[in-house]
Amino acid sequence: MRNKLPAVAAIVGLLLLWQLVSVTGLVPSFMLPGPIKVVRAFISDFPLLLENSAVTLTEAFYGLALGVLLGFISAVLMDAFPLVRRAFYPILVITQTIPTVAIAPLLVLWFGYEITPKVVLIVLTTFFPLTVGLCDGFREADTDAIDLLKSMGASRTQIFRYIKLPSALPQFFSGLRIAAAYSVVGAVIAEWLGGFSGLGVYMTRVRSAYAFDKMFAVIILISAISLVLMGAIGLLERELTPYRRAREQK
Amino acid sequence: MEKLKVDGVSVSFGDNEVLRDVSLTLMPGELVSILGVSGVGKTTLFNVISGLIRPSAGRVLLDGQDVTGSPGRISYMLQKDMLLPYRTIEDNCALPLLIRGESKRTAREAVREKLPEFGLQGVGRKWPAQLSGGMRQRAALLRTYLFSKDVALLDEPFSALDTLTKSSMHRWYLDIMDKIKLSTLFITHDMDEAILLSDRICLLTGRPGTISREIVITEPRPRDGDFALTEEFLEYKRLVKEELGA
Repeated sequence: MRNKLPAVAAIVGLLLLWQLVSVTGLVPSFMLPGPIKVVRAFISDFPLLLENSAVTLTEAFYGLALGVLLGFISAVLMDAFPLVRRAFYPILVITQTIPTVAIAPLLVLWFGYEITPKVVLIVLTTFFPLTVGLCDGFREADTDAIDLLKSMGASRTQIFRYIKLPSALPQFFSGLRIAAAYSVVGAVIAEWLGGFSGLGVYMTRVRSAYAFDKMFAVIILISAISLVLMGAIGLLERELTPYRRAREQK
Repeated sequence: MEKLKVDGVSVSFGDNEVLRDVSLTLMPGELVSILGVSGVGKTTLFNVISGLIRPSAGRVLLDGQDVTGSPGRISYMLQKDMLLPYRTIEDNCALPLLIRGESKRTAREAVREKLPEFGLQGVGRKWPAQLSGGMRQRAALLRTYLFSKDVALLDEPFSALDTLTKSSMHRWYLDIMDKIKLSTLFITHDMDEAILLSDRICLLTGRPGTISREIVITEPRPRDGDFALTEEFLEYKRLVKEELGA
């Protein structure tokens, strides 16, 4: 707790500064509403925010789940067949250079205004950190340990199960944390560019109404959701990799 | 009959001939050292015996059966203990049994039964990172033992340990190998260690490496640390030094 104190103090300080700038009229408050105004907006629009969050989170969930599944399958394939790796790894990198905002309208054109284009966009953005994390994890597995298991007559599946998969867990979780944040942001962007509901749609509405206090409220909500997701993944990681705390328990 | 027989093994990697016509035998219950300087092909020989490399010529026989180039028969232990950090000691030692297709439960039970004998009482559920170097090596040896109950192939297993731990591990090893009837092929570059532990020492020298001489250590086992202080010991050491040109 003590080591989080500087961060908490910095955030509180920034909030105070923000309120001050807004109250003194240094920046007109319709352009930059103060934090208190933002909190009020958050409370008054809470039911609406909740409703739209559910939509966004559902999209993020399906996108992330599918991203994990596809990332896992392609990482395993690339690890098992070097030819597949050489063929598809560059393509994987190229997909990351495609600007999300440019591809989203196309996805809407192809898949409509419902959930599909959102999920596809999230899969496109989350797939990469997950696949690369797993791929690197598999490759960095201790070759001496693999040789040892081979000398014991282990099959490829056994080597995968006992060495490659557990060795890749830490990298997988690094990838998953990034992917989780991407999935929420991806869903919002996709909704913003074409949809009927969700936090992204809510954002477009408050923007056209010049309700910037509500805009800030939804921004903070999205940040909070991402933080909670990343925290949850951190907890899951702690649970699944207990040996990483082993040194402390000596 | 010989437990293990290496018969005329030669290994070349392309134009690079690493080993030429290496032959040696290991009798049941014996400890034979292969002593040589770094880069003489000890590890290559080792990989041939464990079946990871197929030699250009020659054979490896285990209990009279040809096992050349087929891994899964003789396991080994290295300087690096290679305990998987994400498996408990128990589950690390159970690996060879799991690979053989035994159930998790029977494998764990087999490990638990042996833990006290290997000085690992009460640490079965700990992570490798929580144990000392000596204990980790003992766990690695238990894993090797559970894989092939009567022959062990050890490649400088104690060289990463500090001197005191090392000498206590030597005593412990001689003791346990008599108890569990383990025949051991021991690869090392440490003369003292080889003389202290071995029944016979095979000197691997030259380029390509070949067994230039075999020295029999007649001192009966079990030996204690005082053996290293005797005139006899020094005599052996002189002999080895001369042969290695060190």
